[in-house]
Amino acid sequence: MDRLKNKAALISGGARGQGAAEARLFAGEGARVVIGDVRDDLCKATADEINKSSGGNAVSAVHLDVTRAADWRAAVDACTRLFGGLDVLVNNAGIFNMSGLEDTDEELWDSIVNINQKGVWLGMKEAVAALRKRGGGSIVNISSVAGLTGSTGSTAYHGTKGAVRLLTKAAAVQYGPENIRVNSVHPGIINTQMIDIVPAKMRSELHHIVPLRREGTAEDVARLVLFLASDDSSYCTGSEFVVDGGLTAM
Amino acid sequence: MDRLKGKVALISGAARGQGAAEARLFAREGAKVVLGDVRDDLLQQTADAINAKLGSKVAEPIHLDVTRGTDWRSAVDLAVREFGGLDILVNNAGIANMKGLEETSEEEWDAIVNVNQKGVWLGMKSAIPAIRKRGAGSIINISSIFGLVGSPGSTAYHGSKGAVRLLTKAAAVQYGPENIRVNSIHPGLIYTPMVEEALPSREELQPVVDMTPMKRGAQPEEVAAAVLFLASDEASYVTGAELTVDGGYSAM
Repeated sequence: MDRLKNKAALISGGARGQGAAEARLFAGEGARVVIGDVRDDLCKATADEINKSSGGNAVSAVHLDVTRAADWRAAVDACTRLFGGLDVLVNNAGIFNMSGLEDTDEELWDSIVNINQKGVWLGMKEAVAALRKRGGGSIVNISSVAGLTGSTGSTAYHGTKGAVRLLTKAAAVQYGPENIRVNSVHPGIINTQMIDIVPAKMRSELHHIVPLRREGTAEDVARLVLFLASDDSSYCTGSEFVVDGGLTAM
Repeated sequence: MDRLKGKVALISGAARGQGAAEARLFAREGAKVVLGDVRDDLLQQTADAINAKLGSKVAEPIHLDVTRGTDWRSAVDLAVREFGGLDILVNNAGIANMKGLEETSEEEWDAIVNVNQKGVWLGMKSAIPAIRKRGAGSIINISSIFGLVGSPGSTAYHGSKGAVRLLTKAAAVQYGPENIRVNSIHPGLIYTPMVEEALPSREELQPVVDMTPMKRGAQPEEVAAAVLFLASDEASYVTGAELTVDGGYSAM
């Protein structure tokens, strides 16, 4: 109920999927939340829907293209203006693609690297100044099992998720002395629209392989992100938190 | 003497430092080597010295900006034309700076990510068709301890080296069925021009030395020896792996 009471959070890619689930869960735990996305109508609709069903006005929507520093500055400023500051950043926005090493062209490579990797850095770069003013805070960067192990495709995506894993450790080491915690989350196969492009046959084969015999839900991931956002994880920083039904344990 | 007999290797960033040490060692072990770099004059000197020492033309230099797919294609074509094919790729070229998360500019970010990360992908993309024709091969990507653990600065570099670690695993999984092995090397503190240019004073390096169980940095030859193992048939069942050469830094 109150695990994020009085906290202000900024979540990228909050219009749908994991980001929307996190916004809903955070609001339910007492947080004030700004969700940023490029899907403006959907983002606003999501904020409205969460507010309506919770009977409050905890969630606001902003336009956020994570590859643009100016958009990040505006999003952080919105948190300060609306909520008085920022305590939690969730770098959730990301794009996925299955192209293998030789099938990827430079344009595709650049777009994946800019959103998934540069977007995470830019988010931290803008947020740190605000977190510092609060005397500390929590940054949660969404990596992936693809940041731990390889697969037969998705070359550029793997690179970016390995990068997010290490950007997290670097930021944790640099900002630990300022009480800013930075951790990475590594979801496995999660049932959201980002993986609509994965063939149904492949997805159902994975169901039979994953130890927990199912895909994860956006809520499965959101609960882990909540733990890392809250003071329950007060001595956790620079670490990798996996939510994959046991996929990488095999 | 003969650990790479009959093999052809392409090494990026071979004008100096680890790349040059690898080229020298590979040539001594019987390989033909194409050396790529942007430092053209130094590269020529390095190649000439190898050929003079061995008394035959085993080293061929070529201008190689790893961010350019066309340069990579020319380098691979040279290996095939001069030496008959390509067996080994060493993605060694890299740049570093110590700038922290807030101090890094977008230009600095882009330069580091393009050379260290995109350059590694472009190298693999260009080399794999040639390696495939040989029926087997070995790709070695130089990551870093900074692809394993964090530090108070070098933000963009950390990201790029974490990326190389996972590009390696992805390529290993994708190309294992074609008998192309892909592994990453994670050097610790190595006394090379790249490091000395980023941290000119030995005092600044002392904290890293103190955190290294072996209480010293290494010479580039110590990394080259590990790269040689992965390049050779001795590593025939090693793929998707991380080989750390760091005096124990990441063990603590």
